[in-house]
Amino acid sequence: MTAATASRYTAEYSNIAPTLPGQNLPWLTALRQDALAKFSAQGFPSLREEEWRYTNISAIEKKLFSPSLIGQVQELVPTELLASYQLPDAWSVVLIDGHFCAELSALEGMPETVSVMSMANALIKKSEILETYINKAVNNDEHSFVAFNTAWFTDGLFVHVPSTLVLEKPVQVLYVNTQSDALASTRTVIIAEEMADIKVIETFIGLDIAYLSAAVTEVFVGVNADVTLYKMQCESALAYHFGGIYVKQAKDARFIHHNFAFGGLLARCDIHTDLDLASECELNGLYLGVNRQHIDNHTRINHLKPHGISRELYKGVLDDKARGVFQGRVIVAEDAQKTDSQMNNRNLLLSNDAEADTKPQLEIYADDVKCAHGVTVGQLDEKSIFYLQSRCIDEETARNMLTFAFANEMVDKIKIKSVHDQALEQVLIRFPQEGVNKEWL
Amino acid sequence: MLSIKNLTVNVNDKQILKGINLEIKPGEIHAIMGPNGSGKSTLSHILSGKAGYTVTGGSVTYQGKDLLEMAPEIRAREGVFLAFQYPVEIPGVSNIYLLKAALNSIRKHHSQPEVDAMDFLTLIKDKVRLLEMDEKFLYRAVNEGFSGGEKKRNEILQMAILEPKLCILDETDSGLDIDALKVVAEGVNSLRAADRSFVMVTHYQRLLDYIKPDFVHVLANGQIVKSGGAELALELEEKGYSWLEDSKAAI
Ligand SMILES: Nc1ncnc2c1ncn2[C@@H]1O[C@H](COP(=O)(O)OP(=O)(O)O)[C@@H](O)[C@H]1O
Ligand SMILES: [Mg+2]
Repeated sequence: MTAATASRYTAEYSNIAPTLPGQNLPWLTALRQDALAKFSAQGFPSLREEEWRYTNISAIEKKLFSPSLIGQVQELVPTELLASYQLPDAWSVVLIDGHFCAELSALEGMPETVSVMSMANALIKKSEILETYINKAVNNDEHSFVAFNTAWFTDGLFVHVPSTLVLEKPVQVLYVNTQSDALASTRTVIIAEEMADIKVIETFIGLDIAYLSAAVTEVFVGVNADVTLYKMQCESALAYHFGGIYVKQAKDARFIHHNFAFGGLLARCDIHTDLDLASECELNGLYLGVNRQHIDNHTRINHLKPHGISRELYKGVLDDKARGVFQGRVIVAEDAQKTDSQMNNRNLLLSNDAEADTKPQLEIYADDVKCAHGVTVGQLDEKSIFYLQSRCIDEETARNMLTFAFANEMVDKIKIKSVHDQALEQVLIRFPQEGVNKEWL
Repeated sequence: MLSIKNLTVNVNDKQILKGINLEIKPGEIHAIMGPNGSGKSTLSHILSGKAGYTVTGGSVTYQGKDLLEMAPEIRAREGVFLAFQYPVEIPGVSNIYLLKAALNSIRKHHSQPEVDAMDFLTLIKDKVRLLEMDEKFLYRAVNEGFSGGEKKRNEILQMAILEPKLCILDETDSGLDIDALKVVAEGVNSLRAADRSFVMVTHYQRLLDYIKPDFVHVLANGQIVKSGGAELALELEEKGYSWLEDSKAAI
């Protein structure tokens, strides 16, 4: 991209900087300055970069998204929108246009030893901890969107679970967007200490307007700890979304991610995880594209030490002129013997104009490993359609049933009922459901 | 019930069925036997409406209507049921879901209200017991990961629940051990009724030890070369098919 586009953002930065949280923290100021310098020099990623070959973000460059300031937002809170996504059985943290909204959040009854608070608040109360975690699972050199996020983030979620604590109820963070052409840049940090167990749901929603949502989440899974993270990306159909989830897994740590990419005109999500000795990760993904949506998912599983296990399944359903991209890298370091890794990407194309680009990459430097991968891009199976027809189901319903079933495999992996039901609802509203009966499922 | 007249069928310009004639009356059981590749599955598929076949001549009349004109799902709703030689796995669609969808499609077709949830459960549990299946199968995806025998049992379970008028069983005996074969046969026999007919496609007669046919037809090279009673199956068991294929070749 042109330096001019970056400079439009950087020119604005001096106005915004004084409003950003953590002003008094020299380490953060230094991080932000470093990030700003890197972003100014590079601009947004371009198609020439290998990792961005399929992601044309020129539409983002053409606009200038400005961060909304605190206090602009409260009267605009879209209560109906929020009500349909806020989970009844979870603690919740609500961020409106990148700012924590205490009135709408619900954290009563949280065990005292657990910290769940807004990032802005954590930068006041937990700054020593944050200093050792922010930008430690990713850094400003990863790519310029991360640098952009580091420089601009206004708020986010902070979660810290002490060792051996199992948090029974999940924590939901809702990133809500209500303003046209606004930028919501958020940084979330989740820390599960040794043998802790936590489930977090990140839900992205917005009014029917164009905005840019740039959210970076860093996750630290301690020794033998469990983190399950859900991402429900239900942005507006006009929105731009960039999400990055960067995970560090300690020895024996387990990380499970469910990535549902439903919304956005252009949505990209990067998920990187580093596995230590005998740690395990499971990456599940479902992307549904209609109209002219462009949905991009990039995963990187980094086996650094022996005996790691990774399981990855991403499925895409693409209709109309939608385009889905899956880039999945599995890296097995020389030291990571006995790694057991499986990666799969399956795409279902419902129209001749839909497109799926899939690029699995295995980079294996160890010699005693079990690594498998597979990709498919195809249409509905005619044999299956006929089988259903022979069982009294008309062809259109048969197609809907099979499409739904294809997607529903990912929904069925969700163990929290309210999250499961929400994902199911999202799948059903996005595809023709004539003949698909939710009550019978 | 079913009247097939001089039916000729091509697949990819190759003639597979070469003039089939068959009359099936209500309540009758017809066995169609013949060597591999003689066209038995093709005939089953044609009756149930699978795409990819070209009917080049003849007619099929079912309950007074032109069967070949009907979409596959209409045939099914009108009472034609094919138990597949190779049942298809449908990941993500549970058995019970499919059964409910199918049963309600039939009811809707006949302007009846949807089946009551409790009645439905009672009905399927009865049939599951009849076929000595585990109830867990109901909640598993259709045929997914089922053994060959389990798939065949599942086909008969569907048939027992949908109560078709014309049941076509394509090689239902293959892949079944003797105990499973008896269970399946019992399931079929329990469905015998004055207004229900069966077409049993097989190339062994062992299923016919348990389900006694009224007529046996031998299909060879796309034609019915011999028809007779149940005793014909025994004759075939003894002599094989070659004498019929040879005699046909001599004609
Ligand atoms: N789709 C197809 N394309 C080409 N030939 C086919 C096709 N389906 C069946 N056939 C041929 O038709 C003949 C009859 O097959 P089939 O009906 O399956 O026989 P059977 O069930 O008696 O074993 C065989 O010669 C088979 O190879
Ligand atoms: Mg056959």
